[in-house]
Amino acid sequence: MTTHYLVLSALLFAIGAVGVLLRRNAIVVFMCVELMLNACNLAFVTFARQHGNLDGQLIAFFVMVVAAAEVVIGLAIIVMIFRTRRSASVDDANLLKY
Amino acid sequence: MGETITFWVLAVVSVAAALGLVFSRKAVYSALMLGVVMLSLAVLYAVQDAPFLAAVQIIVYTGAVMMLFLFVLMLVGVDSSDSLVETIRGQRFWAIVAGLGFAALLALAIGNVVFTPAVGVGQVTQAKGGNIPALAEMIFTRHVFAFEVTSALLITAALGAMVLAHRERVRPKATQRDLARARFSGPQPSPLPGPGTYALHNAIDMPALLPDGSVSAKSINRVLARHELEDDFTPTDPEKAAMIREALAKGEAEEREHGVEAEQPIQAKDAVIKEDGQ
Amino acid sequence: MESPVEIVQHTGGAIGYSWLMIALPLLGAAILLLGGRRTDRWGHLLGVAMSLGAFAVAVASFVQLLALNPGERRRGIELFEFIPGMADLGVLIDPLSISFALLITGVGSLIHIYSIGYMSHDHDRRRFFAYLNLFVAAMLLLVLSDNYLGLFVGWEGVGLASYLLIGFWQFKPSAATAAKKAFVINRVGDFGLLIGIFTIWTTFGSLAFRDLGADVATQASEGTLTAIGLLLLVGACGKSAQLPLQAWLLDAMEGPTPVSALIHAATMVTAGVYLVVRSGAFFEAAPTAQLVVTIVGVATLLAGAIIGCAKDDIKKGLAGSTMSQIGYMMLGAGLGPAGYAFAIGHLITHGFFKANMFLGAGSVMHAMNDEVDMRRYGALFPVMKVTAVTFVIGYLAIIGFPLLSGYYTKEGIIETAMHHNPVLGWLAVLGAGLTGFYMSRMVFMTFFGKKRWADDAHPHESPAVMTVPLIILSIGSIGLGAFLVLGNRFATFLAPAVGTPAEMPEPHVFGVGPAALATLALVAAGAAFAWMRYGAAEVPVTAPRGSFLTTFARRDLYGDALNESLFMRPGQWLTRLSVFFDNRGIDGLVNGLAAGIGGTSGRLRRVQTGYVRSYALSIFFGAAVVVGALLYVGNM
Repeated sequence: MTTHYLVLSALLFAIGAVGVLLRRNAIVVFMCVELMLNACNLAFVTFARQHGNLDGQLIAFFVMVVAAAEVVIGLAIIVMIFRTRRSASVDDANLLKY
Repeated sequence: MGETITFWVLAVVSVAAALGLVFSRKAVYSALMLGVVMLSLAVLYAVQDAPFLAAVQIIVYTGAVMMLFLFVLMLVGVDSSDSLVETIRGQRFWAIVAGLGFAALLALAIGNVVFTPAVGVGQVTQAKGGNIPALAEMIFTRHVFAFEVTSALLITAALGAMVLAHRERVRPKATQRDLARARFSGPQPSPLPGPGTYALHNAIDMPALLPDGSVSAKSINRVLARHELEDDFTPTDPEKAAMIREALAKGEAEEREHGVEAEQPIQAKDAVIKEDGQ
Repeated sequence: MESPVEIVQHTGGAIGYSWLMIALPLLGAAILLLGGRRTDRWGHLLGVAMSLGAFAVAVASFVQLLALNPGERRRGIELFEFIPGMADLGVLIDPLSISFALLITGVGSLIHIYSIGYMSHDHDRRRFFAYLNLFVAAMLLLVLSDNYLGLFVGWEGVGLASYLLIGFWQFKPSAATAAKKAFVINRVGDFGLLIGIFTIWTTFGSLAFRDLGADVATQASEGTLTAIGLLLLVGACGKSAQLPLQAWLLDAMEGPTPVSALIHAATMVTAGVYLVVRSGAFFEAAPTAQLVVTIVGVATLLAGAIIGCAKDDIKKGLAGSTMSQIGYMMLGAGLGPAGYAFAIGHLITHGFFKANMFLGAGSVMHAMNDEVDMRRYGALFPVMKVTAVTFVIGYLAIIGFPLLSGYYTKEGIIETAMHHNPVLGWLAVLGAGLTGFYMSRMVFMTFFGKKRWADDAHPHESPAVMTVPLIILSIGSIGLGAFLVLGNRFATFLAPAVGTPAEMPEPHVFGVGPAALATLALVAAGAAFAWMRYGAAEVPVTAPRGSFLTTFARRDLYGDALNESLFMRPGQWLTRLSVFFDNRGIDGLVNGLAAGIGGTSGRLRRVQTGYVRSYALSIFFGAAVVVGALLYVGNM
C-alpha cells in the first residue's frame, strides 16, 4: 500500500505545483501551496507507517504548525498588496525587475 | 480490504478535487475543492494510524486555515475571477511539462523502490498507551525545544499579521458632526428611498415607484441589480426585469449628469477609505 | 715602458680635504635651488665663491701632490661605503685627476665670474648659477672618483646639468628641443658606458681603479677587453660628441654662451677623453679597441673641421671646431701612453683657448644684440679691442701658430700619430689645415673686413667682469702649451697616473720634421685662402647657395638626416604601431570583453521579468533536475 500512498502524494504535489505556476490569483496560488504541503504531510505519515515509528507523524505535525503560521502571514501580505494595488493578481506585483 | 477501498475512493476524490482546485475559475470553488482534498487526506491519515493528525488536519486546516482563506477571499472580492488568457509566453506549456515531468519522475522513483510490508505504528503506540500519548511524549521530551520555538513562531506570525493588516489613520476619525455636515452639503440629505413596489413585489432588488409612476433609481442597490442582469439571473417576470432595467438606466444617466457624487451621499467616510487605499 | 704606480691610501693635508672640491659646489647648488627667490640677490656671488673655493682646494691639493715623490703621487681617500660589497665612494688624487680638477675649477671659476656680467640682465641668473655649480660638482665627481661607479654618477650628473643648461632658455622651442636632443643622444652613449661597467664588474669583480691596473690583461681574454674598450668608447663618443654620436653638440649651442664655453668646449665634452685615458689599461690590452678609438678620433676631427668651414653662426662654427679638437684628443688617447700626455695636454690648452674664444664670441654677441650670424659682423676690431685681441690669441693658439699653446700639444699629437700610423698622421695634418681655414674665416668675418652690422647694432666693449676672464684665459692660451710640453714636463708629471711609453722623444721648441713643416704650410695655406675669400673679398650678408660640398657641411654632414631616417622615423612608426596596437589590440580586447559582458548582461537581465510565476517555474525545473540527479546518483 505504501507505494499507492506515495504516488498519490506525488500526484497531489505535482498538481499543486502546476497550480502555483498557472494561476494568477494570489489566494488560489496560496491554496495550491497548501495543497503541496498537504501532499508532503501525506508522504510523511506514510513513511511513519512504513518504518513503524512516529517521527513522520511528528514532522507532519510541525509542518502543520508552520503552515498555519505561514498562511496567516501570507494572507496578511495578500491583503496588504490588494489594498495598495486593488488587485490580487501575482502578475501585477512585478515592479522588482530589470 | 477496507483500507484499499477507502484509499481508492479517496484517492480519486482528492485528485479530482485537486484538479478542480487548479482549474476552476472562481476562487471560492477552489477553496471548497481544497477543503475536499484536506478532508480526504484527514481520512487517509486516520486510516494510516494517525488519528491525532487526522483531527488536527480537520481542526486546523479545514477549520481554521480554510476559514481564513474564505475570509480573505471575501475581503479581496469573491467575484475576482482569473481571466483564462495566459500573459507570460510559454508559461502554460512549460508549467504543464514541468508538472507532468515531475510527477512522472517521482512516480518512477517510488515505483522503482521495493517496499517491505509496512511495519505500522501500532506497536509503538500500544507501548505508550495510544497514538496521542506517544506523540506527546516525543513532543515534550526529544522535540521540546522545537516545540517551544514553534510557539515563538506562532506568536510572531500573529504579531506579523497584525502589523501587516494594520492601517495607519492619517486623519482624525470623522465625527458624527463631520458626517452630518458632509451629508447635508451633498446632493441627498435625506435617507435614500426604500426599495420595493409593495403593491406588486416585496424584494430589495425592486425599485420603488415615484408619484408619477416611474421608478426611482436611488431605491435599488445598483451593484446588485447589475449583477442580476449580467449573470442571467434576470427575473422571469418581464415586467420586473423591465423595471430594474429602467432604474439602472436612469441611475446611470444621473450619474453621467452629476458625476459619481450623486450616488455617494456620505462622502467624508469614503474619502478617508479612498485615500488610505491609494 | 712603465705602468702607472700603485694607489696609496692617504690621510691629512689638503688632499685629505679634497672631497670639498665636490662638496662645495654641490652645497652651492643645493642652497641656490632650495633657497629659491630669497637667494636671488646674492646667489651668483655664492656660486662664484663656491667655485673659487673648489679651485683653492684643487690648488692646495696640487701643491701637496707636487711635494710628494713621483712614485707616491696617486693618493686615494676613502669616503664612505657607496653600495655595500660593490663599490666604496672615494676620491683619487693623482696627476691625471688633479689636472682635470685644476682645469675644471680654474676655467670654471673664470666662467662663473664672466657669467656675472653676461647673465646680469637675466632674471633667472640665480638658477643659472645653481646649475653651473651643479655641473662643477658633478664634473669633479666624475674625474675625482676612484671607481667607475662614482665616475658614472658624475657622468650622469654632468649630463643632467648639460641638459638643464642647454635648455636654460626653455621658452625658446629650439633650446628645449636641443636640450632634449642632447639628453637623448647622450643616453645612447651612457647606455654603452653602463654596459661596459657591468662587463667590468662581471669580469673583474671590482670597479675600483686600484684593482684595474695594468694586470687586467692577465685576468681576461682579449675579446672581453676589446668589448669593454668598445663599450667605454661608445660612452665616450656620446659625451664627447664623437662620430657617430656627434649630432647634439651643434644644437647644444642654444644654451647661454658661458655654458657653451664651460660645458660644451672646455670640460664636459672632454670627459670622453678622460674616460679613455683613465681606462688606458683596457685599451692598451686591446689594440683593436685602440685602433677604433684613433679612427673615431680622426673621422671626427675631419668632420668637425668640415662642418666648421661652412657655419655662419659663430657659436656653431666654434662647436664644429670643438668637435674637431676633441677628435685630436681622442686620436691622442688612442695612441697609448705616448699620446696620453699630448691628449690631456691638448685638452687643457684647448680648455683655455676654446673657452677664451667662446667667451670672446659671447662678448661679441653681447655687443651685437645677441646676433650670432658672422655675416652680420665685420670690422669689430676697432670697437672691442680687448675681446678682439684675446680672441685672436685664442685663434692663433688653435690653428697651431708656432710657440703658442695649441702648436705644441697638437703638434705632439700629430707627430705621435705619424710615428704610430702615417695614414692617421697625414689625415690629422689635413685636419690642421682645415682648422687654419675655418678659424681664419671666423676671425676675418668677425673682426676684419667691412661693417655688415644690423641697423640697430651699437657694438661696444664688454665690462671688466667679462674682459678680465678673457685676458686670463688668453694668457693661458699663449704660454700653457710651451710650459706643459717643453721638456716633457707634463708627460713626466702625468706618468705616475697613466704610465710612460717605451721611449719619450724630447719635444722641440720649433719642430722641423716633415709633419711639422707640412702642418705649418697647410695651416698657412688655409689661412691665406680664408683671407682671400673672407678678409680681402666682400662677404655677402646672406649666405650664397654654395656647392654640394657646402650644403653637405652646412647640414652637419647629413648627420641629423641620417639619424632621422635611421632612428627617428622608424621609431615614430614603431610608436604609431604600438599606439595602434594598444588602441585596437589591447584596448580593443579589454573594451570588447567589457562590451561583451555588458551586452550579455543587458540581454540576460531581461530574464528578470518581475513575474513571480516565471521564477517559480525555473525553481520548479531546478527542483526537478535536482531530484533527477539524486535518483540517477542513487541508482548508480
